[in-house]
Amino acid sequence: MKTGAVETGRTGPHPVMAAPALAFFAVFALVPLGGVVVLSMLNWDGIGAMTWAGLANWASALRDPGTYHALWLSVQVMVLSWLVQTPISLLLGVLVAARGRYRAVLGVLYFLPMLLSSAAIAIAFKALLDPNFGMSLAFGAEWLSQDWLGGADLALYVVVFVIAWQFVPFHTLLYQAGVRQIPRSLYEAAEIDGAGRMRQFLHITLPQLRYTIITSSTLMLVGSLTYFDLVYVLTAGGPGEATRILPLDMYLHGFSANQMGLASVLAVILVGAGLALALGLSKLASFGRGSQLEGA
Amino acid sequence: MAAARASNRPNVLGGLGGLLWLLIVLLPVYYVVLTSLRSQTGFYSSNPLLPPDEPTLDSYRLVLENDFLRYLSNSLVVTFATVAITVSVSLLAAYYVVRGSGRIAGLTYKVFLLGLAIPLQAVIIPVYYLITRARLYDTLLAIILPSAAFAIPLTVVILANFLRDVPGELFESMRLDGAGHWRMLVSLVLPLVRPAVITVAVYDGLTVWNGFLFPLILTQSPDQRVLPLALWSFQGQFQVNIPAILAAVVLSTLPVLALYILGRKQLVSGLTAGFGR
Repeated sequence: MKTGAVETGRTGPHPVMAAPALAFFAVFALVPLGGVVVLSMLNWDGIGAMTWAGLANWASALRDPGTYHALWLSVQVMVLSWLVQTPISLLLGVLVAARGRYRAVLGVLYFLPMLLSSAAIAIAFKALLDPNFGMSLAFGAEWLSQDWLGGADLALYVVVFVIAWQFVPFHTLLYQAGVRQIPRSLYEAAEIDGAGRMRQFLHITLPQLRYTIITSSTLMLVGSLTYFDLVYVLTAGGPGEATRILPLDMYLHGFSANQMGLASVLAVILVGAGLALALGLSKLASFGRGSQLEGA
Repeated sequence: MAAARASNRPNVLGGLGGLLWLLIVLLPVYYVVLTSLRSQTGFYSSNPLLPPDEPTLDSYRLVLENDFLRYLSNSLVVTFATVAITVSVSLLAAYYVVRGSGRIAGLTYKVFLLGLAIPLQAVIIPVYYLITRARLYDTLLAIILPSAAFAIPLTVVILANFLRDVPGELFESMRLDGAGHWRMLVSLVLPLVRPAVITVAVYDGLTVWNGFLFPLILTQSPDQRVLPLALWSFQGQFQVNIPAILAAVVLSTLPVLALYILGRKQLVSGLTAGFGR
């Protein structure tokens, strides 16, 4: 931005060029963002007239233990997803970043889940994990023949696993790109010093990847607040309410129970959490950047 | 590039881990394809991981007879329209953001950056209200417009980052030749950013093609169903006919898979370049 502004000076293009994109974005994202706050203070069944509700929806949402349950589930999914996906995609990214025919083939195959829709993935895993005809029939092993999605204790972990299956490829791609930007001379110097693979990984690869780690983590954490399609098709929030995470709770309140006001309260909580997380993480990132400059 | 390090010893641990994840990735895919080739009767009795004795395409026929092609064409219309709108308006915005002067250009860029953090779920209720008020509910346009709106921020940011790398002298010399902004866009920017445009187009296309929430909430009738929603409804329609449901899954993936095979290099290298900074 700095250079562009200085060079073009008075002859820059007219702002009207950005108008169509801004208009689209305003009508379907910015205005609705304000609208959802207003809607949270209205009673609306989705079809009929709206009436003023004041803070009644907020009061009932905050009194409802279901809200805290959904929020807690979302936090669990977020933390577990990060813990599962980060090490896997980091290591895979490092593995695939190196040249070599078999690594290239691996990279191609790892990418497959990115092509499938959440609905397709959910349906595939639902069949695969079914106790009557899935992989429980394939191996005689006792521990594989569980009702994976039917048990309240297990379902959440299975959901986290399927989410990882879907999203690890994308983050692997990020890490692969990150590793390829590390100057090779660093490794050559380490080699001369006699550092082994493990020490090179810990002292060169990991520190050099810190921005990639921050980028990937931000996308992962903020993204995990919005997992919906996969969980909706896979478990619909069940068994009981064992996987009824916040976005699902919102959808069911709004579009199944026709309580749009209440659902809007949950949507506002979702936006708040997402923005707080994004801002917090970008603070963290810029803090990291500052200290890097001093350290260098 | 990092390949040379410690290359004298094979990375056994890494290789094993990589193969394990490969197995985890491929097992469900293998299971889905295999099961889709089973007859409904042979389904419960056979080992799900062994090839069927008599593979059959009956499930595929059943799915194709149940309006699959209509859902496919709906998905194609929605995806192409969304990508066309998104890329064209985003390219204009990105050009303005990079070449424009003053505070407004910077502010515009910040708006799109902020837009990256707005979750789609959070605004779905007001969007539903807007769409019904505009009498667009249950039309393909109801999916296209908000999908484009949500694809725009990332598209602008990626295109702008790419445009920033174009040397300013190129623009200057064209301006000295008397070229206006439209001519610079067409004869300078467009050819230069083509790789980036293809990358974001593919990425946006993939997102829209697989999109579920907007179609779920903003359409209703089978006529307007797109593929992911169709899969979901096949689930209810075929109930116990798992091979048919999984055949639908395979069919819904084939078009993307074909595209991926054709444009893999471009897609993956573009994605890694676009995000890896």
